[in-house]
Order: sequence, then structure tokens, then C-alpha cells
Amino acid sequence: MRVLGLDIGSRTVDALWLTDGDVADWAVADSGYDPGSVAAAFAGREHVDRIVATGYGRHVAKERLDAEVVTEIKAYALGAHALFPHAASVLDIGGQDTKVIALGVGGRVVNFEMNDKCAAGTGKFLEVMARALGFELQEMASSALSAPSGVAISSMCTVFAESEVTGLVHRGEDLGRVARGLHESIAKRTLSSLKRVGAAGPLVFAGGVAKNAAMVALISEGFEGEVLVPHEAQTVGAYGAALCAAIEPNGGADG
Amino acid sequence: MTETAAPDYHQMWAELGLDLPTHDALLQAVGSMYGDAYLTQANRPKGTDYLDFVLSEVHGLRIKELADFRKSGGKVFGTFCLYVPEEIIRAAGGWNVGLCAGAEFAYDQVEQIMPRNTCALIKSATGFKLAKVCPYFESSDLVIGETTCDGKKKAYELLGKMHNVWVMELPQMKRPEDLAMWKAEIRNLVKKAEETTGTTITAESLRAAITEVNDKRRALRRIAATCTADPAPISGKDRLLATQVAFYDDVPRFTQMMNALADELEQRVANGQGVAPKGAKRILVTGTPMALPNWKLHDIIEKSGAVVVAEEMCTGSRYYTKLVAEDGESVDAMLDDIAEKYLDINCACFTPNQGRIDDVIQMAKDYHADGVIDISLQFCGLYEMESHNVEQAVRDAGFPVLKITTDYSMEDVGQLSTRIEAFLEML
Repeated sequence: MRVLGLDIGSRTVDALWLTDGDVADWAVADSGYDPGSVAAAFAGREHVDRIVATGYGRHVAKERLDAEVVTEIKAYALGAHALFPHAASVLDIGGQDTKVIALGVGGRVVNFEMNDKCAAGTGKFLEVMARALGFELQEMASSALSAPSGVAISSMCTVFAESEVTGLVHRGEDLGRVARGLHESIAKRTLSSLKRVGAAGPLVFAGGVAKNAAMVALISEGFEGEVLVPHEAQTVGAYGAALCAAIEPNGGADG
Repeated sequence: MTETAAPDYHQMWAELGLDLPTHDALLQAVGSMYGDAYLTQANRPKGTDYLDFVLSEVHGLRIKELADFRKSGGKVFGTFCLYVPEEIIRAAGGWNVGLCAGAEFAYDQVEQIMPRNTCALIKSATGFKLAKVCPYFESSDLVIGETTCDGKKKAYELLGKMHNVWVMELPQMKRPEDLAMWKAEIRNLVKKAEETTGTTITAESLRAAITEVNDKRRALRRIAATCTADPAPISGKDRLLATQVAFYDDVPRFTQMMNALADELEQRVANGQGVAPKGAKRILVTGTPMALPNWKLHDIIEKSGAVVVAEEMCTGSRYYTKLVAEDGESVDAMLDDIAEKYLDINCACFTPNQGRIDDVIQMAKDYHADGVIDISLQFCGLYEMESHNVEQAVRDAGFPVLKITTDYSMEDVGQLSTRIEAFLEML
């Protein structure tokens, strides 16, 4: 049986195909301004027996592609559990969401937390800050890593933090230290969220921001327990959705 | 929307001083929200037709009834809060109506006189007044406020510059001396109501009012009780609407219609007929009140396939569960009964407020809830602060809890849907 998992997020659309439960192929594309069509292009690539969609665009996929839907929470829990069966928790920092999930037996969701309506501390936040500092994303991460210490950033609101950063730049503050301060403030917020849901190690750190070496280093430093970063951190949600399509009798879809 | 010859109320609205173009826009917005949330539901009980009718005439027929009442010398009292006893207003010959809130309106004007980080309930109510779009406010001869939170206290000072406003002092604790103070305050309300209507409260009129309002609460209790069944015979959204309408509608008529609805629901339970399939996830909602037209949370929960089986909130069990004793023999005895019943409402404005936590846990058991969603309006310090204790106690009692902080805006519907769907998957 060939199935497709789609994770239609705010920044990227991730697709992952399984053949009889094994990963056959995967792909990532920018969401652009019409993520539904990006997802449709993946779905139209070849015949599949079943599609399960997750992410912000899941309900659009349900209408356009007749896909079943699961939330990102369940998809990430399943994907992370399949990659690391001994994982006890998941952290996913995506384009505009941060999710922390405590896992139970078999990758079951025991507790979770998501950020509220603003994009503070997410991938989008880092993108905006990189622009304010004149860095490429990876460049910002590496300069944060090599800075000896961070400047304290008091604001987590993307808009306020941007003005705070601009102020620091104008004061002649070292850009690497500012970059490190930004990463530290996200790590601090994320670690307290992990504490609140009772996340134990090993922790699977997934989502686009898990590709950021500075974030991985800071989370690993602050978390009591092992931190595991999947090789393709961005496709964990799509993998989980595909597993739903392959394993569960009706995809676990909730309508 | 049907184009049948609906009566044209523009003349009446103009006489009340409403801003007609803005008010038209508001009605259109509420109409489309209602259509999307309510008229799309499957398996609705027939008795909800009455709620549809009331909503379609919420600024029409009902306002005309108020206008006719006032023309005949009657006085209308606008209220914001459960703690203002409607029995006393009715016993003095007045009618009371809940005032508009529940939607973002004229925030640009509101933010000229209040901080941006004021809770949505206060901002919305003020917005309706500033934009002149709430016919209930404009039909009120007297608005009765209460000191249930700091934001409201100060808001009444601002509203008092635009309208005839009178504020009741509510204690913050429930000790004997607080009850004594509250009993005195209830007597102050009697004086104010009598002064406003020109009618003296008698044992007879007070007894009749107590029975009448108790009967309204009994009808709502019957409706609520049917939702202990699986499948629940009515959606949480429709029950919420019934409670919201209870604050506006003519009391005897509403009671009669709700008893008819309860008859139907009891029959549906007997027939095993549900609004959602048997086994659908059952959610208890607790937290800040949901003023009409705030149906946001219920809409998201029920569109995700679950059913809201009960609300532990002011637009829910706190309104209809407790009754005023009916055996008081004198005006004085009845006023004491009223004081005791009203002080027994478990709002987060009291400290301590263990009664609310006990109620939530008991209701979660009684209604066989699979999970509890605790909702706070953003910037409502009282409920946001109390949320932690509620969460811990309810979790310890064995019920999963999802905590949500939101407001009346629609910008977070995507995120809320994800969180609520994930919560349902987890149950």
C-alpha cells in the first residue's frame, strides 16, 4: 500500500510517501501564497491509496484532495515515536508555532502546549530578527554560537523585539552577542514550556528550527535529558501523517 | 437570508438614537455569524426554532416590546452581571435586560478612553455604547453595575458620563460579615428600584417575582439535565444560546418555550436521539462568561466533532443551578433569601473560590465529561490567575484539562482549532 503524508505549514509544505510502511520518498516546498496548490501538486505526482494531511492547511487538503486530517500534535508525536521509539517528549518549533508534547506509551499524546496567537519564539521570529541584524539565517545561528555571551533581550513579542534589536544595533552592540541573546530568550521560553507539560528525556527536537545549530545547542544545554534531532527534522510531521494513513484503520482522522 | 417582508424597525432605532448605518452593519455581521455557527448544525431539536426567531428579532421585536413597555410607564434596567437580582427589579414592576457585549466593536473609540489591554467584555460593552449600536443600552432607564472587578468598576465611571448608571457594591469574601453587608446592599437596590419605577415592593410582588424567575431557572435546569445522556440531545451551542437569551427575553414566554424545548429533549433522550453520534467526545467548559454573540469556542469544539455538555460559567450553570428559597414569609425574609442565593454564586472575584473548583469537578462527573476546557478572556486577571488552581484540581480529579486564553477576535481561530482538535485526539 502506498500512502502520502502531507504537512501543510505556514512556511513549507512537506510530503512523505510510504510504501508498505517504509519511507519511499519525501519532498519539501515553500508554501508560497497558495499552499493548497503546492499540496495538490504533491498529491498529483502519483497514485496513492490514501492521503492524511496535517498542519494549518489540513482542512483545505480535506476539501481539495479528499484527504483525512490529524493535528500536528498527533502527527509529530507519531513521527517522533517511530523515529525514536524510546523518546518521551517532542519539541517542534515551526514557522509560526511552537509545540511541546509529553509522550506516553506507543507515542500517545499525554499532554501538550502550543503558543498562543502570536508568533513569538518561532521560526518566523528568527527570520525577522535575522533581517534586523542583516544576517542570513544560518549565519545568525553560527555567530550566536561563537559569541561568548548573549545580550539580554527582554521582549518576546516579534514587533517589540525587533525595535529592541534595532536599538541595540544602533548602540553599537556586537551583532553576535545580540544574535545569541535572541536565541537564549527563545530557549528560555521553550524550556519553561517543556517543564510545564512535564516533558522528560529523551526529547525529540523537530521542525524547521531544529536545523538551527544554536537553538539545538541551547536547548540541549538547558534540558535535563538527552536531546535527539532527526536527520530530516522538518519532515517529522509529514512522516507522522503518513504513518496515520498506513497504520490506523481510519487514519485517526477526526473529521 | 429570506427576503420576506420583515418589519422595518429603522424608525424605532432612530428614535432610540442608534447610529443606523453602523447598526445595520452590526446586524448583518451577527446574522452571518449566526448562520455559520447555528444554521449549519445537523439534527437540531425543533424547539430551537424559537431561539432562531428570537435571534432574528433580537434588535427588533424585543426592542419594540421594551419601547411599548416604557410608553406605558414601565422602566427598563440594563445589567451586566449575575449578581444583580432580577427578582427585585421585577417585584418593583421593572424589566431587566442584559446589555450587549460579546463582539469586537468600535475598539478604536474605546481605546481613546481605556487601555488597550482591557478585557474584551468591558471593551466590547463600551464599544457598543460609544458607537450607539446597542438598543438594550439605549432602552435602559437605569444601568446597574457591580464591583465584580477593577476594570468594570472604572468602566462604570466612564459609562456613567454617558448614561444613568448606578453601581452595587459586592463583597470579595463570603464571611458572615460580608453577607451582612450584601444584605444591606440588596436593600439599597430595593430602594433604587422603587425610586426608579415609583412602585413599592410588596411581599406579594416579591414572591411572584421569585417564583417566576425560579421557574425560568428550572426550565434551563431541565434542558441542562438532558445533557447527562449520551448521546446529548442538544448541542452546547444551542444550550449556550438559550442561556444567553434568558438575559433578554420576556420571562414567562421564555420559560414556556424552554419547557417545551425540555419536553422535546427528554423525548429525544428516551429515543436515544442525539445531536452528535453516541460516543462523541463530551466537553465541560468553565471560565469567563460568553456574552451573545460570542459563540467562538463552542463553535470550534463542536465543529471538531465533540459536544459541549455543560458550562460552569455565568452564561451556564452559575445562572440557573441555584434557586431562591420560596418559603420566605415577609419582604425582609425574602430579601435575605435573595441575598444568600446570590452571594452563593462562585465567581473568581471572590477569595477563596474553592466552590467553583468543587462545582467544576462535580459537573465533570455528573455530565460524564471526557475533558474540561478552561477559558479565560485575555486580560481578565481574576480568571487568568485562578486558572492554575482550577487546572491542577481538575487534573488531580482525573479529568484532562485544556487551558485557553482568548478574546472575541477571529485571528486565533486556526491555532485554537489545532489545540482543541489535538486535545480531543488525546482524550
